[in-house]
Amino acid sequence: MSSAQIEIQIIASLVAIACAIPGTFLVLRKMAMISDAISHSILPGIVVGFFITHDLNSPVLILLAALTGIITVVLVEYIQKTGLVKEDTAIGLVFPALFSIGVILIAKNANDVHLDVDAVLLGELAFAPFDRLVIGGTDIGPKSLWIIGCILLVTITLLFAFFKELKVSTFDKGLAASLGFSPVILHYGLMSVSSVTTVGAFDAVGAILVVALMIAPAATAYLLTTDLKKMLGLAIGFGVFSAILGYWVAHWLDASIAGSITTVLGLLFLMVYLFAPSKGIIAVLYREKQQRIEVSLLTFLLHLKNHNEEEERHVNHLNEHINWQKVRSKSVLELAQKNNMISITENIVSLTEKGNEFTSKAIDYIITNEDTQIEDMKDDFFLFRG
Amino acid sequence: MDIKEYIQLVFSDYTLRTITLGTAILGAVCGMLGSFAVLRKQSLLGDAISHAALPGIAIAFLITGAKDSNTLLIGALISGLIGTFWIRGIITKTHLKSDTALGLILSLFFGFGMLLLTYIQKQPNANQAGLDKYLFGQAATLLESDVWMMAIVTGICLLIMLLFWKEFKILLFDADYTKTLGFNTKIIDILITSFIVLAIVLGLQTVGVVLMSAMLLAPAAAARQWTNSLAVMVFLAAVFGAFSGVFGTAISASQNNLSTGPVIVLVAGVFVIFSFIFSPSRGLLFKQIRFIKNRRDLQLHKTLAFMYNIAETHEDISHPHAIRILNNFQGYTKGTLQKLVEKDYVKLNGNLWSLTDLGFKTAANLYNQQTRNNE
Repeated sequence: MSSAQIEIQIIASLVAIACAIPGTFLVLRKMAMISDAISHSILPGIVVGFFITHDLNSPVLILLAALTGIITVVLVEYIQKTGLVKEDTAIGLVFPALFSIGVILIAKNANDVHLDVDAVLLGELAFAPFDRLVIGGTDIGPKSLWIIGCILLVTITLLFAFFKELKVSTFDKGLAASLGFSPVILHYGLMSVSSVTTVGAFDAVGAILVVALMIAPAATAYLLTTDLKKMLGLAIGFGVFSAILGYWVAHWLDASIAGSITTVLGLLFLMVYLFAPSKGIIAVLYREKQQRIEVSLLTFLLHLKNHNEEEERHVNHLNEHINWQKVRSKSVLELAQKNNMISITENIVSLTEKGNEFTSKAIDYIITNEDTQIEDMKDDFFLFRG
Repeated sequence: MDIKEYIQLVFSDYTLRTITLGTAILGAVCGMLGSFAVLRKQSLLGDAISHAALPGIAIAFLITGAKDSNTLLIGALISGLIGTFWIRGIITKTHLKSDTALGLILSLFFGFGMLLLTYIQKQPNANQAGLDKYLFGQAATLLESDVWMMAIVTGICLLIMLLFWKEFKILLFDADYTKTLGFNTKIIDILITSFIVLAIVLGLQTVGVVLMSAMLLAPAAAARQWTNSLAVMVFLAAVFGAFSGVFGTAISASQNNLSTGPVIVLVAGVFVIFSFIFSPSRGLLFKQIRFIKNRRDLQLHKTLAFMYNIAETHEDISHPHAIRILNNFQGYTKGTLQKLVEKDYVKLNGNLWSLTDLGFKTAANLYNQQTRNNE
């Protein structure tokens, strides 16, 4: 591994961490699309900044671009407040307009600007180590490393300083306001950090892929935990993991680093989406099926309790009486037997003592409108779940 | 170049004619379908779909090796649809919210598409150049066959829309009711969404991945301001979209170095701003005017009520009072006093005012709900 390779991986990891922190809060506050809007609309800010400074890494440019990001947020909120369109439409209107202005500005001055829309949107991490920061004749590392390092430092400081406030205002705005933390200030603070991070990261991974680094690790983590600290930790972990693995995939395929980092993030999300223990698709589908059978079982038991007459409880007639298909009746019957809820003598089904007790309790809960209690009760009664 | 010359050029020049027609048709179909997206609160779906279409283009190229735009668009269509239904899966099956799902699919698919594009660029195949036009769009590469394709798709969209108008409309405004009526909401829903995806994919070549969402939203958002009827809104949106296309093309053609996509988006943006401000019923300008007028009316009422309170204490209701006693009263301006005189509620006599009979009666019934006099 050459030193350039190590530097690229360090930059990518720092970007991933710097994005994951605000990203977690954006996902929790249901403002993920704002990051997409910001990442597009900083373009005119970058272009104007570039006209002034002629240096893509200058702090002035970063501040100007971040300012455009905040202007986007303000504009979106203003349009939304007029009530003429919904919030998502407001977002969808503002950022393409600003982005168009940026593209036109670049196109009109193409001759004297060495700035490419592709470069801004897509970035090129592979070139990052070549732009070095030299102070007093000594080379102290790539410029983008310092930029993203500073942004990360500020982000982490702010996170530690305002963690409690952020947490409260994210989950309960009203409580935060009544405790005296201004939700407005926190909101714009978060927006500013997101803007600055987006701008700082754009020349490393490109503006659009910043969005991936903000949203994907946080969303993946959100499927695995509901604890804010754990979620932050997991998001950072996923980000760094994808950054480093993505670099090596890109190295192997000889393709865009940013693209392959995103692809790794995507695969990671897909895996978690499918296999997460309680919120993954497979777990959810399994639980839905289980609940369906258990509801059928309950209906079946209620039917038995309601009817003492033998013809209603004859195995052959059950299908007709409850209107079930064969397979379903069979699985329900088996489940009931496994749980010792029913006994079958001479093809007549009857409730056992345990089944009777379970059903009576269930009826009580249904009558008193406390259906949720049934779930807890199932744990006490069931030996096998559906 | 003046306008006359330009119009002549549009008819005589092949490239310009193709582009103008293409962008006009594109604008119209986007406006039409965009209305549904806006009303269904799926505005950002367009953004997500257009980004999600990118890997499809790259994969279609990798498989076929051809740069034929129809093949690539089919790839885009498929990956756009996969993206859309994945978004849906995320929203319905997990606790992630719609904004997260949109942003996630948008950025992940786009990143994957970029990976494939850069991978293709490194391939020893000279044919790969030009794929990146789908990123920002190049209206100049439109061919007559592309325009035909757009026209046919637009025709099909229009036909289906007219055929299922009732179903679309009812699903839009009351999904639960639709279900109880026995319509298959899932199929109608998939139909609308698929057409939105189709419109987006069609526009990729012209305005590109990034700006496509604005093509979908802007005409619809502008049209929404002028009407409350769905049919009128769809029609207006189509008109706005078509005009954005034509004007945008004209502006970008008359200048050097202006790419068509961004200009069309900005023209559509101007339509939106104009509609936001000047629409008679919802626009900001008339809203402000109505606001001021209401405030004046209220002031008028307040002044009248104040006068009534004074006049009430006298036997003769028309007993004159000095104008200056009104000065400390908040609702009073010279204008409102003049208005009261015009309405014959008050008589002025030098520095003195006095209520007329009519004024007294009106003031007495001012807060009486039964006499609904529209002041």
